[in-house]
Amino acid sequence: MAARIQHVAGRACVLRGDDIDTDRIIPARFLRCVTFDGLGEHAFEDDREQAKGDHPLDDDRFMGARILVVGRNFGCGSSREHAPQSLMRRGFDAFVGGSFAEIFAGNCTALGLPCLVLSVPDLATVMDSIDAQPDQQVEVDVDARQVTCAAGRFDAQIPDGTREQLLEGSWNATSVLLDAGEAIENTARSLPYLRNFA
Amino acid sequence: MPGKSLLDKVWDAHTVRELPTGQTQLFIGLHLIHEVTSPQAFAMLREMGVAVRFPERTFATVDHIIPTHSQARPLADALAEEMMVALEENTRGAGIEFFGPGSGRQGVVHVIGPELGLTQPGSTIACGDSHTSTHGAFGAVAFGIGTSQVRDVLATQCLAMARPKTRRIEVTGKLSGGVYAKDVILAIIRRLGVKGGVGFAYEYAGPVLDSFSIEERLTVCNMSIEGGARCGYVNPDDATVEYLRGRPFSPQGDAFEPAASWWRGMASDADAHYDDRVSLDGNAIAPSVTWGITPGQSVAVDEALPRLAELPDDERGSAEEAYGYMGLTPGEPLAGTAVDVCFIGSCTNGRISDLREAARVARTGKVAPGVKALVVPGSEAVARQAEEEGLPEVFRSAGFEWREPGCSMCLAMNPDKLVGRELCASSSNRNFKGRQGSPTGRTLLMSPAMVAAAALRGGVTDVREVL
Repeated sequence: MAARIQHVAGRACVLRGDDIDTDRIIPARFLRCVTFDGLGEHAFEDDREQAKGDHPLDDDRFMGARILVVGRNFGCGSSREHAPQSLMRRGFDAFVGGSFAEIFAGNCTALGLPCLVLSVPDLATVMDSIDAQPDQQVEVDVDARQVTCAAGRFDAQIPDGTREQLLEGSWNATSVLLDAGEAIENTARSLPYLRNFA
Repeated sequence: MPGKSLLDKVWDAHTVRELPTGQTQLFIGLHLIHEVTSPQAFAMLREMGVAVRFPERTFATVDHIIPTHSQARPLADALAEEMMVALEENTRGAGIEFFGPGSGRQGVVHVIGPELGLTQPGSTIACGDSHTSTHGAFGAVAFGIGTSQVRDVLATQCLAMARPKTRRIEVTGKLSGGVYAKDVILAIIRRLGVKGGVGFAYEYAGPVLDSFSIEERLTVCNMSIEGGARCGYVNPDDATVEYLRGRPFSPQGDAFEPAASWWRGMASDADAHYDDRVSLDGNAIAPSVTWGITPGQSVAVDEALPRLAELPDDERGSAEEAYGYMGLTPGEPLAGTAVDVCFIGSCTNGRISDLREAARVARTGKVAPGVKALVVPGSEAVARQAEEEGLPEVFRSAGFEWREPGCSMCLAMNPDKLVGRELCASSSNRNFKGRQGSPTGRTLLMSPAMVAAAALRGGVTDVREVL
């Protein structure tokens, strides 16, 4: 079993905008590698370059943040796990947003990184609060499904199965799946196309 | 009791067990791997001391990093060569079949699965690539996954997954000339949005999909992920069965008829339950072009670009950002906008039917001065077929470059890249910022015939004016 992840607390970084895709999180040229090592330094590289120092990841006020607060449909596009890997290696342990693309959220779960979803008005309140007071503590509570910041405590969504995986420490699915043992071969034998339709 | 959808039937047949989390342990019938998302998964397996459980159910190819000029080894890019070597060693070590360059079977992973007959109705398919949704064209349930899940499949041939909801999308009527499968999926995404499909499997149906060839269905299913749906499928029918007859990995001889009968039985029941239903009028779909930085931002080629005030509140911010990045003006037409590069290929539109349609257009003229135009077949088999039909000569004499198979300019992991702010008419699937290799490069998605028309005219053109 992996570590149980019940809550993440720390400073947060606000990254505004919807539909931020994985090509922006980690441009494809950095996928030319056989390990995930070193991806942290390239997170949002092109966006940061174009923002000329004005990108939230380069903002001194957000240095040391553990929680990344994003808009809607964050992580859409490619299935590259390099995207959450690069953010994790940059120090982010949890994400709060308006919504997450499915594969991105699945990749995060597999790494033990919770993604919690807030309603549009609550997300705006949380973003404004962190922007106004970046040194505040923000708490992502997986168990209670809540996000707490100086502006208050907000109900958040996380799928039941994902929440269980994080709370129980079963988010690294390999060992859980291996536990099925022979049942895997039994299912394989029941499928006509694995028996060449004999 | 309502009937069952294909998704329900496939899901139930592949359920190993329900997990305590409420998710399903789902058996994966076919696992496709490539060089980008698998090396870390093999490394994790080695660290765990776990072997590949069903090596005969995994197949590998190389596509993202492979150069399309020369595929001679070692590859010029040392990092690409390292990835290639890792894939060769990992597959050899695990006893996994690898379709390398020169094997006659190499190509974009979502092109070779179907053409080899590996992709079959009623199966579950996973691959560490979001466009795995492509394989749904056969009535398979096919998911894109991340590297940790590639590890899970290698170790157990299973995934822990929550069952998606189903949305049936019917496209009624009949498409007019110059309107292609690409235009249909762009219209669907424009209507439902780039996040509309989150949590859903899309079942594409109706007269337009029924009349589509398998290759056209592959184009539609390919871009399910661009609409937020992790998988999309078309129910298997006569066209599906006939496509599979005689393919190298299709059931052979006496096994074919029982297979065809099982495949047909996996189609959705007429009274199946759907969580949502949507209908689009196929007669109203026009040749489309994206103008923004998500595949949802598209217009008909003869339509003006949307003014910010016309857009719903929650789309305005993204549109403003898109106009700024693309350098396009709201209210203006897109037709006539000059392009620098034209790319025909990718897992969306790199199949033989795509090249035939593009060649039809290419036969009518020459590539405009100053435009770089390249045609990249999706696989070695597509290249071979094209050569038999004389297509490379058609393209070359019109001024297009004819390349070796690979992902090429769909994404920037090989030497084919945009430079600076170049604007590219592309038959690929993503117009994200920086997607084609230049951090400031710009992409207009359209059908292969439209890309060919743009190449000849040197700018965005309604293909109906050329055909």
